[in-house]
Amino acid sequence: MAYFLQQLINGVTLGSVYGLIAIGYTMVYGIIGMINFAHGEIYMIGAFISLITFLILGIVGITFVPLALLIVLIVAMLFTSMYGWTLERLAYRPLRGAPRLAPLISAIGMSIFLQNYVQILQGARVKPMQPLIQGGIELMETDGFIVNLSYMQIIIILLTFVLMVAFSTLISKTALGRAQRACEQDRGMAAMIGVNVDRTIALTFVMGAALAAVAGLMVTLYWGVIDFFIGFLAGLKAFTAAVLGGIGSLPGAMLGGLAIGLIEAFWSGYFTVEYKDVATFGILVMVLIFLPHGLLGKPEIEKV
Amino acid sequence: MLSIQGVHTFYGQIEALKGVDLEVNQGEIVTLIGANGAGKSTLLMTICGSPRASAGRVVLEGQDITRMPTHEIIRLGVAQSPEGRRIFPRMTVMENLQMGATTTDPSYFDDDLKRVFDLFPRLNERRNQRGGTLSGGEQQMLAIGRALMSRPRLLLLDEPSLGLAPLIVKQIFTVIREINENDGVTVFLVEQNAYHALRLAHRGYVMATGNVVMQGSGRELLDNPEIRAAYLEGGH
Repeated sequence: MAYFLQQLINGVTLGSVYGLIAIGYTMVYGIIGMINFAHGEIYMIGAFISLITFLILGIVGITFVPLALLIVLIVAMLFTSMYGWTLERLAYRPLRGAPRLAPLISAIGMSIFLQNYVQILQGARVKPMQPLIQGGIELMETDGFIVNLSYMQIIIILLTFVLMVAFSTLISKTALGRAQRACEQDRGMAAMIGVNVDRTIALTFVMGAALAAVAGLMVTLYWGVIDFFIGFLAGLKAFTAAVLGGIGSLPGAMLGGLAIGLIEAFWSGYFTVEYKDVATFGILVMVLIFLPHGLLGKPEIEKV
Repeated sequence: MLSIQGVHTFYGQIEALKGVDLEVNQGEIVTLIGANGAGKSTLLMTICGSPRASAGRVVLEGQDITRMPTHEIIRLGVAQSPEGRRIFPRMTVMENLQMGATTTDPSYFDDDLKRVFDLFPRLNERRNQRGGTLSGGEQQMLAIGRALMSRPRLLLLDEPSLGLAPLIVKQIFTVIREINENDGVTVFLVEQNAYHALRLAHRGYVMATGNVVMQGSGRELLDNPEIRAAYLEGGH
């Protein structure tokens, strides 16, 4: 029971991170109908910007943890957003109206470029990060096994929850959210009622990148090591999460992320750590075969 | 108000408009009739810059808008209820109307909404229903209502009577007259229902295979034997 609870906590933590990245996939897919294959790299860049900002804050002498965390959060979201915006501007906007394969290739090109760009600038070696937030709450102990909920896990889960609520509200209640949904449903008509479609699409990339930056920050703090290649696997898993939840659906992305996190944690806990990725991608295959619309992505029947 | 000067528009290799000249004056209802595939809808879309005219000029109140992005043309006071209505299907009636008000000052919203609900009480009853679940007539009302929410000075309507029951057609034409007379909105109306359209309009143009082939007052065109033979015979 104690072991189960511990894996549950680990899974939810992991799932939060995947969910935040998955939102970026699902939103971009929703609005332009294409998978942003460079999104994993955006997350990786978010992690690097977080690490660099922590180092700079250390040098400047800001060591009060909550303040440092807040500054890093804002800086990472801001700068990573700019990468997201640039990505859209370079790899997608010039190819608007081109066959679908073209932006797909350019996005993969961006992904390779960003990996190499970070590798050259930062080196290929794994970058460590001093543990900043240590300790936690001991929830229970049975047979010498202590269930531990670390403060870091609490922060990750809470922050994800807050961002999810804020984000859902943004999409469902604000003018920007409505414009995004309008572009998603009929881009030409959205322009014909005065929506600046290019700007709305760019903002979608920016929002996805900002959330990926948060995920990058949390991973940097949680695992304490990052390198230029972390975006690949995390991106693939978050993509799996988005597909599992139903690509295009925001709650679906979160649910899918959570599911992938839990599957990975329980698989590692009860079977073999080595095959956890196989389990995850096995899920992707199963979903694509048996549930191609995902958990929440039901196609709506519309009158014409 | 709107001046179309020698406009050519292509869809791929096909030349849909072959040098169209047309004028819509302030305060008028002008109708454009013609058979399927004559280029009527293409002309309305070209006014909104999607697709863009490959030659010729579209001038709105003295300003050349031929090369302007669509969303900026809309900001100048043009609104369109397009072919096929193009309601946002997964948005509620209310959200569709909010989208219509994208370009206007939020302080107008409540008044404008009330005006649209006065014109189409049905929309008020359905305000929280998704656009995709409305009937054809309701979708048409919503498409016109959405266009009106932007406080247009020039309203482009593409076949508002298409596929609707005669009673609803009558209701929609009454509303078009009302927004023209009471709100001073200039209306450019594309119709296949030539009889109703010509009776409503001050002036009319007839289009065939990408060209304007005839023009005149609504009355003149109604009385023209060629028009009668081509577009009005066989009841209305």
